[in-house]
Amino acid sequence: MSALLSVSDLSKSFGAVIVADETSFEVAQGAAIGILGPNGAGKTSLFNLITGAMTPNAGRITFDGADITAVPAAKRCKMGIARSFQVPQPFGGMTVFENALVGAVQGAGLSGREAEAHVLDVLEATGLMNKANVRAGSLSLLDRKRLEMARALAAKPKLLLLDEIAGGLTDAECVALIETIKNVHAAGTTIIWIEHVVHALLAVVEKLIVINFGKKIAEGAPKTIMDSPHVKEIYLGVDPHA
Amino acid sequence: MTTAFVTRSTRASRIAMIIAVLALIVLAAAPWWAGRADLRLMGEIFLYLALACLWNLMAGYAGLVSVGQQAFVGFGGYMLFALTMFGGLHPVVAILAGGVLAAIVSVPIAILVFRLRGAYFAIGTWVVAEVFRLSFAQVSSLGGGSGSSLPVDVVRSLADSRSGREALAYWLALGAAVVVIGVVYAFLRTRRGLALTAIRDSEVAASGLGIDIWRTKLEVYVVTSAFTAIIGGLIFLQKLRISPDAAFSVNDWTAFVIFIVVIGGIGTLEGPIIGTLLFFALRETLADYGTAYLIALGAVAIVVMLKAPKGVWGLIRDRFDIELFPLSYRVRTRDDHQGN
Ligand SMILES: Nc1ncnc2c1ncn2[C@@H]1O[C@H](COP(=O)(O)OP(=O)(O)OP(=O)(O)O)[C@@H](O)[C@H]1O
Ligand SMILES: [Mg+2]
Repeated sequence: MSALLSVSDLSKSFGAVIVADETSFEVAQGAAIGILGPNGAGKTSLFNLITGAMTPNAGRITFDGADITAVPAAKRCKMGIARSFQVPQPFGGMTVFENALVGAVQGAGLSGREAEAHVLDVLEATGLMNKANVRAGSLSLLDRKRLEMARALAAKPKLLLLDEIAGGLTDAECVALIETIKNVHAAGTTIIWIEHVVHALLAVVEKLIVINFGKKIAEGAPKTIMDSPHVKEIYLGVDPHA
Repeated sequence: MTTAFVTRSTRASRIAMIIAVLALIVLAAAPWWAGRADLRLMGEIFLYLALACLWNLMAGYAGLVSVGQQAFVGFGGYMLFALTMFGGLHPVVAILAGGVLAAIVSVPIAILVFRLRGAYFAIGTWVVAEVFRLSFAQVSSLGGGSGSSLPVDVVRSLADSRSGREALAYWLALGAAVVVIGVVYAFLRTRRGLALTAIRDSEVAASGLGIDIWRTKLEVYVVTSAFTAIIGGLIFLQKLRISPDAAFSVNDWTAFVIFIVVIGGIGTLEGPIIGTLLFFALRETLADYGTAYLIALGAVAIVVMLKAPKGVWGLIRDRFDIELFPLSYRVRTRDDHQGN
């Protein structure tokens, strides 16, 4: 397997706050990896750097064989990177269907009936079909999170970045979410998932990366990582879900 | 299995279309049924409608809250005078040429003011408009600071009789409003219109989904500026006289237009139409009261912004879930039963 995404020596800071500290890792084509770390560790910032919403102070990002460090965000999406936002950013005045249609049309480059059919499939898979005509601005937080994922999926990404989408779900909903993500993964999409709900994460990912103060402090098989005393120490008392 | 399908037209939009066509026929015949003063007023209404529709596209959708579009109104007006007086062009050709020139001029301006954010952008556009005003006041062949009138032979080239000219000015204004609304509507229905609507709601999500924000905004700015200049040309074709203060008036061509869009409903196609009707209804009933009229306008604007931030159309839409211009996509199932 070759690397779809490779991040090398990526650094970013805001004044004294270091959100990425010479971070390096690779994500193989077709992999599913999870990212753990306490609040404020720099997980969302890492997504911002990968998607181009933030520019690094140093380091390099390559995707699908191309150096994308200087490529603008919009182009990166067209190349195949799509993300969900931790704090949902719906197109509030547009319906759920239209939100996802933006992903299908602009991100995936589909048009006409083909785009519409793809969006309907995505809404079906994410459980939003019965809300298709609802204005996104009037959705509940949970549905906004579903919409985040639907919109990203509609862009047909090669690399899907999910940022804390399992929080607040009931057990049944969480099982359904895991099922959805597994299906996406099985269809060949590479996934990086930031999640505090560790049991959901462990049901999907085959590798974990742990970040603290912007620094990658551990990387490896989920079991090894979860048993590591260092990781336990960082998580002790930090997160009750674990 | 998905049995759902997607449609865009609604019953309300089909009815609205029929009413619009009938209204258009009646309005087109106005020179035969309306008096001179009414004809003039309606012409003015159409031109304000077009300006509001354009400003709404730029500010309400692309997020470019300019308070300097009077730069292009005045530019278009002056191009009408300059190109007819010194270029010998027919007035209508001169107005269209003014639009093309405005598009060209707007590109470097955009590159300059797009560097500014929020309030600084607004101030920047206003400064540009002031530069335009001061520059045109320096051109002595166009009357300098006191302005000039459209020469008699140019006026005659429109039509021989005065009533013929007035009818022509009216039809041009009506046509301009129809073209502007039609173009904006057609644009919003395309995939780029979808992208622009996404930008309206969240720029960060839009760029994350593959939309080039800067380029989309530039396109909108250039197109609205060109059309604004054309409307400016038509405004001063009605007035037959131009001066820097009238041409680049921030009050007349921006403040009133913003008022119209805000009370009607910013970021919707219907808003500017309703706003224009409300504005002229207020103006025609209160105009005799002088300053009280402006105070009343201000009071209306404040009440609407506090009580109905999405404008009058926003209220109507939220209440009845209708749209007159079928832009939305509606997902329907064949057997009314929606399951998944
Ligand atoms: N644009 C910014 N400007 C200044 N500081 C920022 C910016 N973005 C993030 N930060 C800071 O960087 C730190 C890391 O933020 P980030 O959102 O990446 O953390 P996180 O690991 O995703 O945390 P959480 O688990 O709470 O979501 C925080 O202290 C945050 O305040
Ligand atoms: Mg985060």
